[in-house]
Amino acid sequence: MDEFLTRAVLAGMGLALAAGPFGCFVVWRRMAYFGDTLAHSALLGVVLGLLAGIDPSLGILVFALVLALLLAWGQGQKRLASDTLLGIVSHAALACGLVALSLLENIRVNLMGWLMGDILAVGWFDVAVIWGGGTIALVALWRLWPTLLAMSVDEDLAAAEGHNIARARLGLMLLVALVVAAAMKVVGVLLVTSLLVIPAAAARALSRTPEQMALWASAIGMAAVVSGLGGSWRFDTPAGPSVVVAAVLIFGLANLYAGKR
Amino acid sequence: MSALVQLERVSLRFDGQPALNGVSLTVEPGRIVTVIGPNGAGKSTLIKVALGLVRPDSGSVIRRPGLVVGYVPQKLAVPASFPLSVRRFLAMAAPKGDWQGALDRVSAGHVLTRQVSQLSGGELQRVMLARALLRQPHLLVLDEPVGGVDMTGQAEIYDLIAQEARQSQRGVLLVSHDLHVVMAATDEVVCLNGHVCCAGHPEAVAQHPEYLALFGPRVAASLAVYTHVHDHSHRADGSVDHVHGPNCQHGQECNHG
Repeated sequence: MDEFLTRAVLAGMGLALAAGPFGCFVVWRRMAYFGDTLAHSALLGVVLGLLAGIDPSLGILVFALVLALLLAWGQGQKRLASDTLLGIVSHAALACGLVALSLLENIRVNLMGWLMGDILAVGWFDVAVIWGGGTIALVALWRLWPTLLAMSVDEDLAAAEGHNIARARLGLMLLVALVVAAAMKVVGVLLVTSLLVIPAAAARALSRTPEQMALWASAIGMAAVVSGLGGSWRFDTPAGPSVVVAAVLIFGLANLYAGKR
Repeated sequence: MSALVQLERVSLRFDGQPALNGVSLTVEPGRIVTVIGPNGAGKSTLIKVALGLVRPDSGSVIRRPGLVVGYVPQKLAVPASFPLSVRRFLAMAAPKGDWQGALDRVSAGHVLTRQVSQLSGGELQRVMLARALLRQPHLLVLDEPVGGVDMTGQAEIYDLIAQEARQSQRGVLLVSHDLHVVMAATDEVVCLNGHVCCAGHPEAVAQHPEYLALFGPRVAASLAVYTHVHDHSHRADGSVDHVHGPNCQHGQECNHG
């Protein structure tokens, strides 16, 4: 196997491992639109990174974290429903990113790469960042786990029982931002949320406890990465979308299986 | 006796509209305080303030340090995407509790292995009460605890709540949206309409002119029937002691008194 394919498989599997449990919360707490908003802001992060003279991936990460903080803060207002607010921010960020990219005259940016992902181009450094960052994110999630589970049942109930829900909510938003930023290289702006949502949704059909669902989501995501990249290699199709197609196929199979039982 | 939770002149506005206006309320161990009032009276807001979920604009809320609260919210919408068995739901509140025993006490012993998202409204209500009791709380906060529960079940649940208050010295703060089920065992009724219209023993409240003005004589009379049938007390073992007086309304065949 060529080395670039090895790196792609490792990066994708590390990402899928971390994305599984976070994807469960995205599904349980209806945060899919939040994930989309962060993903759509990535182009703006790339531009800001280039302007600031730092690595575009770092620009994405910083911008995603700042946006997550702003959104957490903006949730307090009640005049607009949160999906309306996210709809505005999401598309504003995408449009501003595309406009800003076109204004960067002397820098050529691989727009398709950012939109669709460029997993075959990841280097060993990216692989290390994904596994390191993923481990940190999972450890942090593990610490917030009881509170986040209680909040997924009912936030008022969790707070009344002494859970620190403000800390856990902010923590989850920042960690999801971290995962989204890391996923950008693998599947790109347009498909990032799918890597969170589809494996978790497929895992639901196979699970009777929250922990089972988190583990299944990781396993299904990793299987989708391996089979998607394999298919991409075999049929010469784009890597990121092939991974998502594989995830959707597994989702279908899992639901067929659950329906038969 | 030290208060479990004490609200002093609490006021709160939502979007400029007053939701609570100078509300004071105290719950002591072993006492049942029932809050009644029309829709939009601020009953659920009052509960959230008492729980510390919402901070009042003015006034003070004092909870006893180390207070353990058992809370039953008005509604619980567990998403179907969340795989959660009743057993696990109970374990989240009480890792080492007698889950089956707790469910048996609320007549929901059959649901232990079911998924929470598949329970009926009445079953979920019972499970939430069992869960609140499993925490061995000092204070039970119940927001419409019999919503969706059938008529027989409502009486059972109110008896259980009264028993918990009397035997285990738990304080109970109860919201009822339905005057007809304000239970005989209530020690204090707080009639709320943004401000406290009147408060006190059920009989006293039922006669209060502000109460009569708020609910109208027809509704008020029906509450009076419920509160005046104060015809039994609970012994320590949970059995019922009937002590009917000369005004017993159970009719000629009544032979408890």
